[in-house]
Amino acid sequence: MKNYYQPEIETASRERILEIQNEKIVKQVKHVYDNVPYYRNLMEKKGLTPEDIKSVDDIKKLPFLTKDDLREAYPYGLLGTDIKNCVRIQSTSGTTGKRVVAFYTQKDIDMWEECCARAIVAAGGTDEEVCQICYGYGLFTGGPGLNGGSHKVGCLTLPMSSGNTDRQIQFMIDLNATILCCTPSYAAYIGETLAEQGYRPEDNKLKAGIFGAEPWTREMREGIEKSLGIKAYDIYGLTELSGPGVSFECEEQHGMHINEDHFYAEIIDPETGEVLPEGEKGELVFTSLDKEGFPLLRYRTKDICILSREKCSCGRTHVKMTKPLGRSDDMMIIRGVNVFPSQIEAVLLKEGFTPNYQIVVDRVNNSDTFDIYVEFSPEVFSDKIAEIQQSEHKLSSAMRSMLGIDPKIHLVAPKSIVRSEGKAVRVIDKRKLV
Amino acid sequence: MAITQISAFLENKPGKLAEAITSITEAGINIRALNLAETKDFGILRLIVSDVAKAKETLGKEIIIKETPVVAVKMEDHSGALKEILDVLSGANVNIEYVYAFTGAMRDSAYVVFRVDDIAEAESILSQNGIATLKDEDMTEFLSSLK
Ligand SMILES: [Zn+2]
Repeated sequence: MKNYYQPEIETASRERILEIQNEKIVKQVKHVYDNVPYYRNLMEKKGLTPEDIKSVDDIKKLPFLTKDDLREAYPYGLLGTDIKNCVRIQSTSGTTGKRVVAFYTQKDIDMWEECCARAIVAAGGTDEEVCQICYGYGLFTGGPGLNGGSHKVGCLTLPMSSGNTDRQIQFMIDLNATILCCTPSYAAYIGETLAEQGYRPEDNKLKAGIFGAEPWTREMREGIEKSLGIKAYDIYGLTELSGPGVSFECEEQHGMHINEDHFYAEIIDPETGEVLPEGEKGELVFTSLDKEGFPLLRYRTKDICILSREKCSCGRTHVKMTKPLGRSDDMMIIRGVNVFPSQIEAVLLKEGFTPNYQIVVDRVNNSDTFDIYVEFSPEVFSDKIAEIQQSEHKLSSAMRSMLGIDPKIHLVAPKSIVRSEGKAVRVIDKRKLV
Repeated sequence: MAITQISAFLENKPGKLAEAITSITEAGINIRALNLAETKDFGILRLIVSDVAKAKETLGKEIIIKETPVVAVKMEDHSGALKEILDVLSGANVNIEYVYAFTGAMRDSAYVVFRVDDIAEAESILSQNGIATLKDEDMTEFLSSLK
């Protein structure tokens, strides 16, 4: 049984998708050039006019946009239409520096919600579902996006927003929720709380969950699936582009299909900006194809991914991206291998260590040294040296299989890793000092 | 009944052992036995004390600690006494992880602390062989008798 929200486009031939993209990109570039002086300037600096962009092949000629551009242009600098045509703003959490605000026309909202609807249907959703949404509502895109998608599919929507777990559970059980949308960590928490309250996985009616907005591991997915008795689907998105639903997982649970009729994806070398061939790991760059309020051309996500156009058993033809494997601004090259702190953090958590660590990279006799200092936690501490060494070895081999190179692990006292302004310094690269 | 050992994580830096010992002595806790295991990066301090709860509270504020049940046996003062105990344990296939000794209040007695993989088995086999093991209460009384 194959279910698609928009089968004609989700399963279109590659030729057809390309045709749609080529048609849309010409219009989108012209729209940006005519309406966004900030980007027109960037194009002019490169000697480009809209006439130079005739197909998606020409996208690589266009200048990049980064988060810094978005901050610099805050709030209206990248607005793509008269403000009176916009019906909504959403915003990023903005933990550092200025926030980013994105503008939506009604057409932009419809497109975004359709993308979310595709994700819900891909997770097995029909108009008979009861869809419980416990992403935050408000400026954050999680709640509004899935809420709109759920409406489009025709599900009975429970707009719970986040928090108040007892109430979440009461609604989930009493109103027979069948699809759960929230962050993976909250899903795991709900699962634990259900068990604490004496519910077994079969006591709820949930069959699927759509979880995103933060990184999660395969182990976390397995834990959530077991504790809630569901199949857990990943969803990806950025407020800058619309919100959740830029890409989503299908029943294969192996990579997320990018909604390519709306977003054109490239993978670039984060150092040189050069476009990399399919299958290579690099920074994900998106170009919106039909946005009005906040169109973005070649927006650098800083997420490191791999794209794959291999045929998917679900029948969808849109390109798939891996889960972000790291962030480009954190990337280190150690002994020729790309290493991301996020990978190290994931291994530490999986092996029961604290995520309080520090990486020290140095160059001795022309080869890189790679040391990871990890703070002891009560869980790892033992009165037996052999036991501690065993967990140290286990950690070493888990690191080796994740990273492809061998770090030297040092267990150190809790709170001994230097913190500057309360934040731990994760990476000390002494090679740069030479 | 086993007795409770407190193990504490020590950074391999000068003064760390002294800091730990000072804080328990200042809390009025008597240390009955002490053993230190060390690696290149850190040390593990193992203690038998007069007041486990108080020691946990005092030390636990500053460093990672762990409680572990260990078997403590009073050893008779004759040659081969330790061998006798070891034979009993190995005869029952009880694996000894580590061991340390301390002397008692009476002039001619010594005590041995065993960290074993199977406490219940170790205690039952020792008692079957007429070897008594100490309890936490024994440690408290034993220590107060020292005053
Ligand atoms: Zn698929």
